[in-house]
Amino acid sequence: MDSRDDKVIIGDRTFSSRLLVGTGKYSSSAAMLSAMENSGCEIVTVALRRVDMDNPNDNILSHINRTKYLLLPNTSGARDAEEAVRLARIARAAGCEPWVKLEITPEPYHLIPDPIETLKATQILVKDGFTVLPYINADPILAKHLQEAGAATVMPLGSPIGTNRGLRTKDQIAIIIEQAVVPVIVDAGLGAPSHAAEAMEMGADAVLVNTALAVASNPGLMAAAFRKGVEAGREAYLAGLGRQSDRAEASSPLTGFLRDGS
Amino acid sequence: MEIIVNGKPINISAETVYDLLIKLEIDPSEVVVVRNLEVVPKKTQQFEGLRHGDRIEIIHFVGGG
Repeated sequence: MDSRDDKVIIGDRTFSSRLLVGTGKYSSSAAMLSAMENSGCEIVTVALRRVDMDNPNDNILSHINRTKYLLLPNTSGARDAEEAVRLARIARAAGCEPWVKLEITPEPYHLIPDPIETLKATQILVKDGFTVLPYINADPILAKHLQEAGAATVMPLGSPIGTNRGLRTKDQIAIIIEQAVVPVIVDAGLGAPSHAAEAMEMGADAVLVNTALAVASNPGLMAAAFRKGVEAGREAYLAGLGRQSDRAEASSPLTGFLRDGS
Repeated sequence: MEIIVNGKPINISAETVYDLLIKLEIDPSEVVVVRNLEVVPKKTQQFEGLRHGDRIEIIHFVGGG
């Protein structure tokens, strides 16, 4: 299979890149842009905040080429469905496409998303015409409910946001992938290209990375490394990984000629 | 007239949302305004009158994951 034919469909759009990039925490816009460019991503997430009255015209959108990247506003900061729905509508009023990464985290220490409020908000926003990408804990039953509610993807976390601890929820994500009818995007906690590759080898459709790129001493180089990790994992998944075995199975023929009778 | 802008009370004379943004030196095309929890569509900013006690949120995009 030619990898150029391997696309992922989210909502009504088709993407070649399976790596989504977050725009938070970079030390400079140049670092952010270099990560975006080298990642090959087509979707970038952004957040909404109050304008800082002391520096009112510092706008991230002035740096992002919106013909090249689809802006995916998140609802970070929302603690319940009502706040998330309001944020999604504000983003749409700001001129974004009606796409939203739904993120509802009522407690700031672990930033674990609230499943009940996320399902509620998904139902409301789908009815309102949004393409909804909900960020969730890796709960297979919740993922099913969200699919039924019309979510365009499910985005289970590998480990809590910003922790770089990798795929701690691997067994649950495997179940989510097995039963998914929408793309599964592993979001949060992926700290190394090997984590991204691992998610893709399992059959995840895409991954979203932010902190691992933003905190690297060279975000552009790290983004290039993640791109390769995602592509390697995807190709390995398509190629079909060998099964694991408890005992050794020789890869060279064991035909004896050094000893008689073997 | 006193209004609350991004959580802080300010005294300002501004007739409309658009007027307020100009007086605060904010480019109206770069932000979204929420007045008393209702989004003010960009095209009606110039007609949306302000009243004493209004709660105004001026919001824009920032980096996020």
